[in-house]
This record gives sequence, C-alpha cells and structure tokens, in this order.
Amino acid sequence: MTTTATLAAAAPVPTDPSTHKADTVTELGAVTAAATSTPAVRAAAAVAVPPSPTAKRRPAWLDTLNDYAGKILPPVITLALLLGIWELASSQTGAALPAPSKVISDTKELILNPFFDNGGNDVGMAWQLLASLKRVLYGYSIAVVVGISLGVLVGQFAMAMRGLDPIFQVLRTVPPLAWLPIALAGFRDGSPSAIFVIFITSVWPIIINTSIGIRNIPNDYRNVARVVQLNGVEYFWKIMMPAAAPYIFSGLRIGVGLSWLAIVAAEMLIGGVGIGFFIWDAWNSSRISDIVLALVYVGLVGFMLDRIVSWIGRWVARGSSVN
Amino acid sequence: MSQSFLELSLVSMAFKTRQGPFQALSGVNLRVEKGEFVSLIGHSGCGKSTLLNIIAGLYQCTSGGVLLEGREVNEPGPDRAVVFQNHSLLPWLTAYENIELAVKKTSEGKRNKAQIRDWVMHNLKLVQMDHAMTKRPEELSGGMKQRVGIARALAMEPKVLLMDEPFGALDALTRARLQDELLRIVANTGSTVVMVTHDVDEAVLLSDRVVMMTNGPSATIGEILDVNLARPRDRLALATDARYLAARKAVLEFLYQKQLKAA
Repeated sequence: MTTTATLAAAAPVPTDPSTHKADTVTELGAVTAAATSTPAVRAAAAVAVPPSPTAKRRPAWLDTLNDYAGKILPPVITLALLLGIWELASSQTGAALPAPSKVISDTKELILNPFFDNGGNDVGMAWQLLASLKRVLYGYSIAVVVGISLGVLVGQFAMAMRGLDPIFQVLRTVPPLAWLPIALAGFRDGSPSAIFVIFITSVWPIIINTSIGIRNIPNDYRNVARVVQLNGVEYFWKIMMPAAAPYIFSGLRIGVGLSWLAIVAAEMLIGGVGIGFFIWDAWNSSRISDIVLALVYVGLVGFMLDRIVSWIGRWVARGSSVN
Repeated sequence: MSQSFLELSLVSMAFKTRQGPFQALSGVNLRVEKGEFVSLIGHSGCGKSTLLNIIAGLYQCTSGGVLLEGREVNEPGPDRAVVFQNHSLLPWLTAYENIELAVKKTSEGKRNKAQIRDWVMHNLKLVQMDHAMTKRPEELSGGMKQRVGIARALAMEPKVLLMDEPFGALDALTRARLQDELLRIVANTGSTVVMVTHDVDEAVLLSDRVVMMTNGPSATIGEILDVNLARPRDRLALATDARYLAARKAVLEFLYQKQLKAA
C-alpha cells in the first residue's frame, strides 16, 4: 500500500482535466483517490500524467483558437508585409504606381457603391463582375456539356480517339484571343464572340481529362457491368460517371480557371459592360487605382469559382476517389 | 450421349501478342453437373482464370464452345455471376447499393420494389453483412468486401456461380472462415460452383471434383480428382482424415511432380 500511495502522490492529477482541480488536489486527496481505484488505473495514472504538481491542461477553446490562429495568421502577416513594401516603394517621389492607401482613397466610391447604375458602361463594380460572370457561365456551361460528351466519345471508342485526338491536340494550343477575330467574323457580334472564346478556351481540358478518366475505369467495373448486363444509359450513369468523376472534375476546375482568364482579355477587345472592358477603359482614362481594385476583384472571383467547382467535385466524387 | 448441365467442349484460346499468337488453352473438355462444386487448380499462368472468363462469357474462346443447359454461352450474363478476386465492388456505392445494382437489373419484371429490398437484405444476411449495409467498400475489411461480393453474385440467382480465386487476397484465418461460410451457403442454396484457386487445401475441402490443369502454353486438363468426402465437411475432423490426406497428396503430386514449373 505504501508504495502505490507514494506513486500516486507523485502524480496527483487523476481527476478530470477539464475541471482544473488538478493543482488543488492535496497529497492526502491523492492518497485516498489511489486507495479507492484499482491497481491498473493507478499505474496508468502514474505513467500518463506528467509528474509536475502544477501541470494543468489548457482549455479546449484555447486549442481551437490556436488552430485558427495558425491558419489565419501566416497569410495575414504575408499580406501585411507585401502591402507594406508596396506602400514604401510607391511613396517615393516619381513612383509610377499608386500606393495601397492611395488606391483605397481613389476608389472609395467604387468600393462603397458597387451597385450604382448611371446607364451605359458607367455602372458599379458588382454589375461589371456579374456581366463577366454571365458570359463565363454561358460559355463554360456549353463547354461542360460539349467537353464531357466529346471526352466520353474519345475515351470510350478507340476509333473516335484516333480520329479526333490529333485535331484536339493541335487546336488546344491555339491561344484564346486568336479565336476572337474568327468568332467576330462568324457571329458579327461581340457578346456571342466572347462566349465562344470562353467555350473554346475551357473545353479542351474538360475533353482531355474526361477521356483519360473514362480510359482509366478499371476493367473490373466494366466486367461487373457486363455480367449484370447494364445497358448503355445505365452504364453511363452508374459506372462511367462516378468512376471518372475525379478526372472530370479536375478538368472542370482547370476549365473554369481558363475561362476566367480568357474573359478579361476578350472583354478588353469587345467592349461593353464587363470587368475586362472596365480595366481597359480605366487604362485609357489613366485611372490606375481603378485597375488595381479591378484586379483584386478579378482575383477574388477567380478564386471563388475555383473553390466552388472543386467543392462540387468533392461532393459528387465522394467515395469514388478511393479505388 | 446425355447432356450435362455445363459443358465445355474442345475449348481453345489464343491471345494476340506482339510476338504473334499465344495459345493459352487448347482442347479443354469438361462437364459439370447441376449442384456440383468444381475447382480449377494449376500453377499461375496455366490459363485457369482464362477458362473461367470463357465460361463467364467475358472472353470468347477461339475455338470450341461452352453450353449451359444446352444453350451456347457467348456473352456475359447474370446466370453466370462472377465473384472476382479483388471483390470489384463499386467504391461509390454502399454494400446494400452494390447488391441492389445487380438485383434491380436481374429482377426487371420479376420483383417489385419491396421484394427487391427484401431480396437484397436476404443476401446480405446470408453472408452476415446486414449490419454493414450502409458502409462503403473502403470502410470494410478485405474479408467483409469479399462477403459482399459473394452476396452480390448469389443475389443474381446464377445457374453457375463462378469464383476467380475468391479468397486469394485474404489472410489465412479470414480465408478459412470464409471457406467454412461458403460451404454452409452452398449447402443451403445448392448452387453449382466453378472456382479457380491455387490453394490445394481450399480445393480439396470445398470441391466435389478438383480439375488439375497442365502448365501453359496450350494448357489443358491434366487430371480430375473426385473428392469423395461426405458433407457437411468439417475442417478439423478432415485434418486427420485419411481420404482427405490422400486427396490432398494426389493434388500436390500433380502440381509438384508431374507439372513442376520453374518459378
């Protein structure tokens, strides 16, 4: 009895850590606690708990806070540093670009009133972004349907692969803006041309990734489908789409990024409402601060689009990425 | 000449390779009766899996033919359900949904919704996996996945159950448990089974006949051993049974004396 009592006394923290009674437990209390518990529990307590009498577990909320701080602080600090360097560099006399503080004071109106509408091109940033997003939505939606269809065709049938793949490989290297003149010639209008450029830019990664996904469907799954005698439509929805989903969505994610890249460039040339033309217009009127603000918005929206597609992809492909 | 339940006559198979055609099987003749449990055993590369795939209809033999109840087999179908070596469960479906996929397709016009559900549950219970019906394959152990694979195959109510090294990827203890379960299930359902294996004990314990295949190329059936052991069979009692040991020895002799292959 004496030996176990000493053992436990050396580690007097066998109480519930969340109640923080640990440091108030007296040596006497520890002895009584030890006397009532089984030897196994006593031994475990003696080993598991650090032998310092002041040892105290941190409350759970502090750990959570610490976790968040660990994730949020590094980017915040980096951003603050970069802005600081930029501020310093731009506050030199004769600096060509405005400092962050000047950007904010110049664009205060635009930031605070994103929804104003003075007619024509003179509308708030939110409308500009929405106009661009609408074009992207149209072009990208067409690209998703056409891209997945062609990808399935090329992935499933060797003859289609041999016939189409060389053409795809050449066409996909054509830069987005090179398509614009031909689209303008064909459509004789700016808006459908911009949508076409979005489509033609984002369709290639979707086709190529879908076809790779289809070709990588394990033979076992095909055999299961053959034994069960699934028909073409059932095979498409029950085997092909879920099995290829991780590949398809990586294509969709690349595609949405590319279409957002292309829209800014296309809109610079076709004019009208849209974030691309807003930037071009700001440059022509030497409103550099507006350009900086627009770039920040373009970046944030692009980031959001990427996240949305990746989130949908993860939701759809839950389970199927583990093969 | 009377007709057997499953009949393979002069089945040959040649694969095209870069070095020209490779004759995997030649002139395989085999008759399997209804309710019989037949194992195909042989060294790796002897074409036993190829033969099973031909029966399944997944491969087309280059000459000869397979007849099931007098009808020629030339495409896969649920009447010859396959238990694949690596379970082949669809990872995005739960255990229940994996079986349901097969049951729905084979029950068209035969069962209504409630009956489909009952039949899926019946088969899950048969392999004692009803407790894990909502789990995805990744959450199941190897043995559990194979149980679901067996349930999926049985749920198609096949005329012949084809098993391609069903327990090959499992550890020895799990394998023994599943073999015992399979004995119990087959005794209950009276299924006709053709199983590919490379495990001598498994072949002798489970089978009515052990079909021993010669080494490829141009592999064919070397010997057929009748295992005349009463059922139900008990692995512990058989461990010292003279007839079991003799059957085991006969297969071992075939594999390691007559068909010894440099590894």
